[in-house]
Amino acid sequence: MNKVAAALHAANGRRFDNVEAARSYATTLPFAISGTFGGHSSCVELEITPPSAASHEYFLCDLGSGVRPFGSQVIARHGVHAPNTFHVFISHMHWDHIMGFPLFAPSYLPGNELRIYGCHRDLEAAFRRQHGSPSFPVEFDQLGASIKFFTLTPDTTHHIAGVNVTPILQLHAGDSYGYRFEYNDKIVVYSTDSEHKLNAPAATERFVDFLRDADLVIFDAMYSLADAVSVKEDWGHSSNVVGVELCQLAGAKHLVLFHHEPIFDDARIAAVEAESRRFETITRRVYRALEITAAYDGLEMEL
Amino acid sequence: MKLNAERRADIVILQPVGRIDHQAAEAFSVALAPYLELCNASGERLLFDLSALDYISSAGLRVLMIATKRTKLVGGHLAVAAPQDMVREVLQITRFDLVFPVHASVADGIRAWSGDAGALTPDEN
Ligand SMILES: [Zn+2]
Ligand SMILES: [Zn+2]
Repeated sequence: MNKVAAALHAANGRRFDNVEAARSYATTLPFAISGTFGGHSSCVELEITPPSAASHEYFLCDLGSGVRPFGSQVIARHGVHAPNTFHVFISHMHWDHIMGFPLFAPSYLPGNELRIYGCHRDLEAAFRRQHGSPSFPVEFDQLGASIKFFTLTPDTTHHIAGVNVTPILQLHAGDSYGYRFEYNDKIVVYSTDSEHKLNAPAATERFVDFLRDADLVIFDAMYSLADAVSVKEDWGHSSNVVGVELCQLAGAKHLVLFHHEPIFDDARIAAVEAESRRFETITRRVYRALEITAAYDGLEMEL
Repeated sequence: MKLNAERRADIVILQPVGRIDHQAAEAFSVALAPYLELCNASGERLLFDLSALDYISSAGLRVLMIATKRTKLVGGHLAVAAPQDMVREVLQITRFDLVFPVHASVADGIRAWSGDAGALTPDEN
């Protein structure tokens, strides 16, 4: 309702002779009016090499609800017979980070291989628990794909299908892990569900090292700083402002604000993005300029 | 990071000087501790004069949050005044302007508490 009203107001009496004309005008409106940040829970694909119709090796972080549309795209690209491999890195097993898995169509197709990596020892149990009665009509063991689980060691670089992957322990209920991916000369860090206490320079340094020189940092920016250090202290999430500061200290190039507060509407998320950019500008001083983007469902970036 | 202190009636005016970055936050916290001890319902009120503060990091703001919580708990009062443009904007973006009162000047801060001219210098009256 608010968006329709804002669009009509912005049109300011303009006349559109057909829907096409109205549509092309709509593309000129701010994203928070013309589009939406969406509401899928965490799932990020890292495309190492461009996929074709032939079998492909995919890299994913987390299996939140966003993996469902991803799975549909994979099937649209390859059909149901090309055997694909999916390397999946799980931050932690809170439900919003694994809930998309039962709806990930490729896991039903024989020939596909899912290699699920994480640092929690009970990783497999969490996946099995959400399949089957009473949570889901299909049992885990009925899935057609080959599914294997691997335990990674934090602070150790693992070589996985040509990519160097380093996990780090993060502060979150039940622990979570961030992942630093290095391939050729590109560095991507996926760090969600991660609180930063800000009470020990050594802890800050440790994380700055983890983000060092990253081309892209996908960062838990759920709360405002004031909330994160007061009423929502120990809730296991961070803020846009801490994301900017850590990226500045680390010399990172691009910060993606991720894991938005679910109660925020599009206008509010757009405001957080604008404020984060402003914060970066006024505090830049000696730091390299940092690009900032609020994540939305379907966002694609090239490094 | 340096913390100047000046007492005016029952108000202690604390003036952090320079930058409170991630490294300096701890020193800021230590320097602040004795004044927090004195701030309670019957004790002194803390007014931060931010005019000489060039930068404050999230870690520095966290120290102010802890100070605010502590003083509230014992019925004391804490406010900030005279932030430079950049720090004033940082307080807005971080939502710290909702945590404690932010006054345009030290004199405004004093007036807001007492309405009492006792703590104002002649040129502030
Ligand atoms: Zn979580
Ligand atoms: Zn989460």
